[in-house]
Amino acid sequence: MLKDVSFGQYYPVESFVHRLDPRTKLLFVIAYIAAIFLSKNFYGLAACAAVLFAAIGFAKIPLRKIVRSMKGVLFLVVFTAVINIFFYRSEGARILWEWKIFRITAEGLIFSGFLIARLFLLVICASLLTLTTTPVSLTDGVESLLTPLKWVRFPVHELALIMSIALRFIPILMDETDRIMNAQKARGADFETGGPIRRIRAIIPVIIPLLLSAFRRADELGDAMDARCYTGGKNRTKYKKLRFAAGDFAMFVLAAALIAGVVLMRIYLGAPV
Amino acid sequence: MKAIEFCDVGFSYEEKGTFAINGLNFSVEEGEFVAVLGHNGSGKSTLARLSNGLLMPDRGVVRIFGQTATAKNLYDVRRNVGIVFQNPDNQTVASVVEDDVAFGAENIAVPREEIGVRVQEALRAVGMEEFRGATVSRLSGGQKQRVAIAGVLALRPRIMILDEATAMLDPRGRREIVDVVTRLNREEKITVVLVTHFMEEALLADRAIVMNRGEIVMTGAPAEIFRRRDALTAYNLSLPRILRICEALRRGGMEIEDTLEGETLAKEIVTCVSGQNT
Repeated sequence: MLKDVSFGQYYPVESFVHRLDPRTKLLFVIAYIAAIFLSKNFYGLAACAAVLFAAIGFAKIPLRKIVRSMKGVLFLVVFTAVINIFFYRSEGARILWEWKIFRITAEGLIFSGFLIARLFLLVICASLLTLTTTPVSLTDGVESLLTPLKWVRFPVHELALIMSIALRFIPILMDETDRIMNAQKARGADFETGGPIRRIRAIIPVIIPLLLSAFRRADELGDAMDARCYTGGKNRTKYKKLRFAAGDFAMFVLAAALIAGVVLMRIYLGAPV
Repeated sequence: MKAIEFCDVGFSYEEKGTFAINGLNFSVEEGEFVAVLGHNGSGKSTLARLSNGLLMPDRGVVRIFGQTATAKNLYDVRRNVGIVFQNPDNQTVASVVEDDVAFGAENIAVPREEIGVRVQEALRAVGMEEFRGATVSRLSGGQKQRVAIAGVLALRPRIMILDEATAMLDPRGRREIVDVVTRLNREEKITVVLVTHFMEEALLADRAIVMNRGEIVMTGAPAEIFRRRDALTAYNLSLPRILRICEALRRGGMEIEDTLEGETLAKEIVTCVSGQNT
């Protein structure tokens, strides 16, 4: 039952985007989100979309993967769009249809389209990050980017270690859940029928042994870390050091150009409605 | 020189509880390969943990290369004494093989360039070089356990303790681990303490120690230990398979001496059978 839940959605191929430094990708996503929100018209969004689809092409990610990530937020997008179509209010808007409090205007339609495009670009960009970066290197990137926080005594190393151990144990605990559920099924437990409350109650006998085992594992892992001289983040060297390459600098230039372009279009080309 | 020395060591898990280890005296010479045998609850794992400072004795002293283990020099003790545990899944920290092997070296602040060298050497020593970039969760039990050994080797310890490190593996994985450990002992001159309840594994050791209820009850060359079948049975230990085969053959009417060598046994059987034919 849990076999087909592959965690994370990393798509393993060799590409320019995959090879980029995880910090570059994280920073680029942030810059990209800024660019999307700085866009006030379709020209800006078109520029953003062009950059994104070029990136998808370079990353050799098949389009069905992208479509799948869009499906995940379909409900949210449709909901936002519907609300905006019916309730868009603006002076001098051209009314196309009206019934009680519902009113569809031409401007409302355009504005909703704009929002939909924005949301989809946002989601596709974020999933491009997770499709091209392993959870492990994402963790490395986050740790490296948070390093300045060490000055205010924020435990950056510890946080990163917790994240990477969590990632390490996800497949183990998944297997374990499967095993416990099978053991319970063999004793007549029923996880598949009944209403939601019944099903949730059926899960409790799975959660408890799982928690117990997680604690036991944590205990043993702690011993193993102690035995390998772990004493926390102090006086520790780091084996893997992230290094920016030429491609990373190119991405920084691209991000700056995108933001500048979007801002210029915003000033000179005006709003969509 | 004595690598590990226990002087009248006592240890109890609960305050005022029964001693898991009681008045233990024993030592391991540098470069020696010692097997510690005993059934569940005999105190053999406690002995392993006392040897690298994961536990501190309630009574007596533990010395590592002549240095008494205390809370202050824990770090030095652990650098010298590596320990590999039973469950391969619960001792790997990182998701990628090389990151996990590097973990210990990172902890003792080895410079980055040297960590790369150590990772390479450690993986070569356990025959896992081609898995450097592999995901740990995709490996077999034996491979995971070899990665755990490499993770300990990256600290360059002089003593390696295996605390039931083969208990959760299939026969093939067990074979892999025993081979690696034997080679480390012979070629790298690492002192090995192999804690196990598989009698076959003890055959490779220079010396075997049998524990029962927190005390050492037998010590000597594995071949000598296995000669005392009654005592072994009394301590809930089973004989190695080859000795059980010898016994069964004798019961079946063949005149066969106890042996630990498969070759010798085969020859004896041949002599026996051809003797009957003529």
